[in-house]
Amino acid sequence: MRKEFKASINRAVNNPNLTGALGKFSQAYKVNRAKAYEGIDFEGLRGRIAEAKSSAASHLDEVAETFRKNAEALGATVFRTRDPQEVKKYILKVARENGVRTVVKSKSMATEEIHLNPYLQHNGISVAETDLGEWIIQLAGQTPSHMVMPAIHLTKEEVADIFSKEVNERLSTDIPRLVKVARNELRPKFLAADMGISGGNIAVAETGSIVLVTNEGNARLVTTLPRIHVAVIGVEKLVEKFETVPAILEALPRSATAQLLTSYVSIISGPTPNDDGSPKQLHIILMDNKRTEMAEDPKFKQALQCIRCGSCLNVCPIFRLVGGHVFGAVYTGGIGTILTAWFDELQKSEEIQGLCIQCGNCKEVCPGKLDIPEMIMEIRRRLVVEKGQPLVQKAIYAVVNNRKIFHGMLRAASLAAKPFTSGGFIRHLPLFLSDLTDGRSLPAIAADPFRDRFPKIAQPKGKEKVVFYAGCLIDFAYPETGEALVKVLNKAGIEVVFPQDQTCCGAPALYNGAYEVAAQNAADNIEALLAEEASYVVSACPTCTVALAHDFRETLKTLGRTDLLPGAEALAAKTIDFSTLVKKLVDEGRLSFKEAADLGSVTYHDSCHLKRTLRVSEEPRELLAKAGYRISEMHECDMCCGMGGSYSMKLPEISAPILQAKIGNIKETGAPVVAMDCPGCVLQIRGGIDQEGSKVAVKHSAELLVDRLR
Amino acid sequence: MYDQFSTKATAVGAEVHRFATVKGAVEFLLPFLKAEGMGDEPGRYALWANGPVLAGLEKGSLQAAGLSFEVSRELASQARFGISQVDFALADTGSLVQDQSAIEQRLVSSLPEIHVAIAATGSILDGKIELFKRLNPTNSRYIAFITGPSRTADIERVLTIGVHGPQRLVILFIDELGGDR
Repeated sequence: MRKEFKASINRAVNNPNLTGALGKFSQAYKVNRAKAYEGIDFEGLRGRIAEAKSSAASHLDEVAETFRKNAEALGATVFRTRDPQEVKKYILKVARENGVRTVVKSKSMATEEIHLNPYLQHNGISVAETDLGEWIIQLAGQTPSHMVMPAIHLTKEEVADIFSKEVNERLSTDIPRLVKVARNELRPKFLAADMGISGGNIAVAETGSIVLVTNEGNARLVTTLPRIHVAVIGVEKLVEKFETVPAILEALPRSATAQLLTSYVSIISGPTPNDDGSPKQLHIILMDNKRTEMAEDPKFKQALQCIRCGSCLNVCPIFRLVGGHVFGAVYTGGIGTILTAWFDELQKSEEIQGLCIQCGNCKEVCPGKLDIPEMIMEIRRRLVVEKGQPLVQKAIYAVVNNRKIFHGMLRAASLAAKPFTSGGFIRHLPLFLSDLTDGRSLPAIAADPFRDRFPKIAQPKGKEKVVFYAGCLIDFAYPETGEALVKVLNKAGIEVVFPQDQTCCGAPALYNGAYEVAAQNAADNIEALLAEEASYVVSACPTCTVALAHDFRETLKTLGRTDLLPGAEALAAKTIDFSTLVKKLVDEGRLSFKEAADLGSVTYHDSCHLKRTLRVSEEPRELLAKAGYRISEMHECDMCCGMGGSYSMKLPEISAPILQAKIGNIKETGAPVVAMDCPGCVLQIRGGIDQEGSKVAVKHSAELLVDRLR
Repeated sequence: MYDQFSTKATAVGAEVHRFATVKGAVEFLLPFLKAEGMGDEPGRYALWANGPVLAGLEKGSLQAAGLSFEVSRELASQARFGISQVDFALADTGSLVQDQSAIEQRLVSSLPEIHVAIAATGSILDGKIELFKRLNPTNSRYIAFITGPSRTADIERVLTIGVHGPQRLVILFIDELGGDR
């Protein structure tokens, strides 16, 4: 990662205005969004939107042509182009032909994308942004930091300074007063402008209509007062049918700002007369700029289902810390990373794609049903294919792909780290490694890994066998979690089998785009885990479980290793996470809890992969409650802890504040114990709590349940 | 339906009133305009754009009370009040919907500080689904949805009313107008 990129992250996370405003908004957003969607079948709604937009994306050219015909039949002029340069030239041509000297604009990301303003200004045309946030950043000479709230990074003091310069008068920081200044300053510009430029939230092919969704009322003036209206619309905004409009109007304001509907929606179908009776010129520019290429790529076609609400930014644990400027491009956040990779070039996304921690929050709320984490993974994969892995990473993966060397090194690390260990933790590492222990202690590598302890466990011979997949963390850092799991299953009369040839699940490689490495891990594990006759393959690590149950299959498919697919399918079918299996055994009466006891309160942290990929969240809570714990829920219990595998090592400056917020939420409950089902989260949270010197115990559910079962 | 509309519209900052008759609405409107500062000077005008209710009224006495019916962009931008009649209201979001293909309908509802919207109580629909069955974009070139006053939260996420559009939206429902429902 370049120094400048790291520096921009550090500037952002250390900017209290930015993190304060974004953090507050993001927390309130979650609650308000849920309220705005009350009584609405969100899954059904987003299914309809995704289907309609996907259908349009399947034959973009045809849909765009239908739009052109229908809009032109109503008197509009439609210009279609793939080239952003042509968009700019066209607008300049229209301006020149009509003696346009001043332009007012309402918000349009498409024009930001092609840097229209500097182009027009360079050609002697004055351009005023009229959306309040856009006007602020135009005056400040900045770029938007958020798709829907472009100036969210600025304080009222900064806005007062910016406006004071503009009106040559010292203004107070009273927000309503500042808004009034904007109204008074921009009103004459609206009335005088020769041309209005807008974006478009929806373009309807069958009626030739464009739909504009705004709150301030500026788009109504931009499309009404100037004698020429130019709408610049990305072709991803096209839908075939007018009947799709209400669905998008239902979702867009709710997802963007948690409003039931914005103050204004305008559906414009062809030009209307000006106030002097002259006919208005309406030019609609359908801009492609790589969107067709995107639509033709099976992995990225879904990106055209985006309705540009920005909800992926609003729920992102990273975005709420760093804001938009770190992304260095017009589009920001998760969707911004994807659009930048396409509209600019893949290489441009090399650093920003690394910001995604793969927590899956955005996928849950996306009204267009985009799988943003999956697309970012695909960008990673393509970057690795194109550029190869960094040398250090390559060396590491070479090791990870050789189980014996890998495990040998982990054992060696246990000895090597001895000088730094204290009480089972590594609190400080020297030199460049110190970032790893900044804000979080690391677990000492266990002197005896689980794989060495396992043969010594005396198990009753059972009729039923279950294979245990430990994963690296349980094997080498938390063998006691593995021992607890064995004990629990033994109580149900199940004999646990531990194939010694199992190795890393490949997630670290996969999440860094090294698919070949992950595929080799998959192949080795499929062979090792299917060698034993067993009713289940159980894991107490959700990331490993996801690897076994989903990622192996997808990785092998992506690489065309069809020979291994039947094995991957068979393994996936048998794979189960610890809590789901135990809950099942309890339900079947094969496990039961000791007589009721009050063991005090526990707060539960939902791990990203368990909750959002495996859809498990009630099971561990129910088991803990039956064991005798009172669940005391924390604020944002399902927000990522900042671990994200190697993420916390690559971007500790982001991981650490996420962890601090998590620990704050844990402590606020007053519960003496925090439970979770993921050893990665245990590593992160236990490390953070140790470094802080707090007394909260951090436990894997298995450890809390084991002694409470009969 | 009226109650639901009223709740939703009030929640987004609109002011909602209901009258049995046109006469009742006018008797409310004139003193309201007066109390809020209607006058014959820039910044105080009250402009009423054409519509079925206005067509049925005697314009002379309204003019005498201080209202104007000639809508131009100059006058609208200096008006304190804009009055127009909308076609539909939506109960689920508290929105008003109007075919504003005629520019004066847009001018009076977007430039003045206070927009007074007249609607038939019987034109309140459940929501967008019912509405879209009644819309025909080929004939209605500029369909406008208005939900509460103009708003922004672009400075520090603080909700602020009245940016480029009206800072107040006053809705007068009239029962005797019938309606499409």
